[in-house]
Amino acid sequence: MRGAAQAKWAACAVAVALAASACGGGGAGGAEGVVSSSWADPQNPLEPANTNEVQGGKVLDMLFRGLKRYDAKTGEAKDMVAEKIETKDAQNFTVTIKDGWAFSNGEKVTAKSFVDAWNYGAHLKNNQKNAPFFGQIEGYDEVHPETGQATADTLSGLKVTNDRTFTVKLTQKFSTWPETLGYAAFVPLPRAFFDDHDAWLSKPVGNGPYTVESYAKGSQLSMRKWDGYNGPDKAQNGGVDLKVYTDNNTAYTDLTAGNLDLVDDVPASQLKNVEADLGDRYINVPAGIIQTLAFPFYDERWGAEGLERVRTGLSRAIDRRQITDTIFQKTRTPAKDWTSPVLGKEGGFDDGLCGDACEFDPEEAKKLVEEGGGIPGGTLKISYNADTGSHKDWVDAVCNSINNALGKANSCVGNPIGTFADSRNQITQSKMTGPFRAGWQMDYPLIQNFLQPLYYTNASSNDGKWSSPEFDRLVDEANAESDVAKVIAKFQEAEKVVRDEMAAIPLWYQNGSAGYSERISNVALNPFSVPVYNEIKVS
Amino acid sequence: MGRYVIRRLLQMIPVFLGATLLIFLMVNVMGDPIEGLCGPRACDPATAGRLRAEFGLDKPVWQQYLTYMGNVFTGDFGTAFNGQEVTELMSTAFPVTFRLTVVAIVFEIVIGISLGVLTGLRRGRPVDTGVLLLTLVVISIPTFVTGLLLQLLLGVKWGVIKPAVSPDAPVDELLLPGLVLASVSLAYVTRLTRTSVAENSRADYVRTAVAKGLPRRRVISRHLLRNSLIPVVTFIGTDVGALMGGAIVTERIFNIHGVGYQLYQGIVRQSSQTVVGFVTVLVLVFLLANLIVDLLYAVLDPRIRYA
Repeated sequence: MRGAAQAKWAACAVAVALAASACGGGGAGGAEGVVSSSWADPQNPLEPANTNEVQGGKVLDMLFRGLKRYDAKTGEAKDMVAEKIETKDAQNFTVTIKDGWAFSNGEKVTAKSFVDAWNYGAHLKNNQKNAPFFGQIEGYDEVHPETGQATADTLSGLKVTNDRTFTVKLTQKFSTWPETLGYAAFVPLPRAFFDDHDAWLSKPVGNGPYTVESYAKGSQLSMRKWDGYNGPDKAQNGGVDLKVYTDNNTAYTDLTAGNLDLVDDVPASQLKNVEADLGDRYINVPAGIIQTLAFPFYDERWGAEGLERVRTGLSRAIDRRQITDTIFQKTRTPAKDWTSPVLGKEGGFDDGLCGDACEFDPEEAKKLVEEGGGIPGGTLKISYNADTGSHKDWVDAVCNSINNALGKANSCVGNPIGTFADSRNQITQSKMTGPFRAGWQMDYPLIQNFLQPLYYTNASSNDGKWSSPEFDRLVDEANAESDVAKVIAKFQEAEKVVRDEMAAIPLWYQNGSAGYSERISNVALNPFSVPVYNEIKVS
Repeated sequence: MGRYVIRRLLQMIPVFLGATLLIFLMVNVMGDPIEGLCGPRACDPATAGRLRAEFGLDKPVWQQYLTYMGNVFTGDFGTAFNGQEVTELMSTAFPVTFRLTVVAIVFEIVIGISLGVLTGLRRGRPVDTGVLLLTLVVISIPTFVTGLLLQLLLGVKWGVIKPAVSPDAPVDELLLPGLVLASVSLAYVTRLTRTSVAENSRADYVRTAVAKGLPRRRVISRHLLRNSLIPVVTFIGTDVGALMGGAIVTERIFNIHGVGYQLYQGIVRQSSQTVVGFVTVLVLVFLLANLIVDLLYAVLDPRIRYA
């Protein structure tokens, strides 16, 4: 009776399949007024001071409101929870928060909510990856020493004066410090975060327009509009379902099939079709991201005197326009300075700053490289991580452009590194022997953020270890200024030092791209290329 | 039989230890993963040091391996970089991939063996040639092409299925991904069965069975198929492990949050705990599947005896 048994088995399988389809359906359609959006699994646990990438930041942006918030269009830092932030000397600040703010669990947002959160974020024992953001506050060295154990539990520069005010003392003058407070690391935290950390992580509670309804790690985070939210930017939709996709191509396919409302990362391979597929439901706007080629100044061959001519020559050998048009389908804009267009003219963006040094001119490029003594080692090896993004494509194109300009077939080759982590290792251990891909996504829309962390001596992201006393001096002076226009002018002066030395070759500004379904409207990307979720309307 | 099983189970121990050690070393060669966690910004040295200590990355490799194995025997597979226990990841990923594998295997068995028997009994006829050609086409097209094409046609153009599988991954949504995953193996099963059936159909015992006047159905299922299935069962058995581990491409295309997805994430983020943990379980699955195959031989052909 074996045959019969087999038939029975097959029948069972079919029955199971049918039964599953009967009960499995119906779960996918979104609830009323809820936007479904693509998401990738955040790399770190969802803690404000531990989230340093876009995916986790997206969630924090919906769940939390900090002292300041960056305007979705202009990028300007506007008071949110803060009523006023005052200073007389650009070093001691008094923060007063508005009355009436609360966390979605009912707890009031007080000065203590901020101070506790910041102390937690700064403390070494909590392993928070954004801890350096609190580095300007006095006492950071004690709670977060570079080696050894912390000698204090709280930042001495933070003092709660009453329920609604606290004071901050910085270690040095930093006039635009209040403008940095829109960054997610600075949001307040409720007591629940400290009392039951695990429970909070599995269902975060914040003070923003949304609350977490359910969080299935690795697959879906469902947020719903919080009716008790009193802020000025109430959610215009019923909620947002963030769905984790294994691949952004699949997310895009799901969007075109009508199963998803919003994709905030249109895959490069689909850029050719996106106009035809979505028409005006495709967004492609500049974001606060710049790609550059950094140099290992710790390598004596690259750090040598007079090599700025070679670096400038290389910059002039790159046909940025052609690469951004063909490889990136116009989702990048050729760079004309070291900041980003999202800052605007008033914010310090200057499309004339790089000038000739960023203009493609093969003859001039060849001349400059020869005058500078040629490429150190004879061959330019551009390192990039090969695991994510389509870095190989543009590195090859850049090399091609350089080879053509210099008239030698092998002047430039790509040097792939297996993983992002490995490339970061080689960079942080100063093992690079040639230029390498560097990208910078701003933390806050300030010209300071595009220059100081990247080019100040020993700054956190100065991967090439470039150092210029003059640049450092100008940055210090800029931070000590209190007049905004003067601050920006000083920073631009400092940026000119970067240009003259060609500390890094600016390549292009990156755009944020998104596509959405006919079901939703009023979709926009903010300067961080994150959708402004609370303003999306569902029809 | 019992002794054979015990001996086989004991043999698994060195294989298991060796495989995990190899994986452990391989992941380790990729270098220090901590820097990648901080994104384009360098980790501050103090935090990086603490993270290294937390994940045990500051110790020599052999010590890391010993600690790891010690923990594994108590059921602790460590913590992934996003703060989730690896066992938690496994508990969500393995059931999904298991379902996908079962769907694929059922397709292999039902379609593969039926087509194999059909063509094996009709060698040289148009049906045979047709199926042979078809399997050749299937074998030569890479899975991701079949997957993306079917996804586009059925999911977007005709709207028959959803292009992406939902997080719960119910069986009905896994039918198409399962078929795609099974496609290449399915073609092999068809060809294996065909050859085997064709060969055995001329065997003496089949002729005897036919001469005894047994009904054709019974001759095929009891006599012919039973013997012909031995190589096929071997193939399908080893395929269980291969399908579970090799589902990376299919899972990526259809947005299935299974083992392939977690492994991919683990590799990209260099999360050694995730990678070693998942591969360890996959090694076990592979070993068990092989054992079951060996035991099935005795059921299919009583002449095979185990000492």
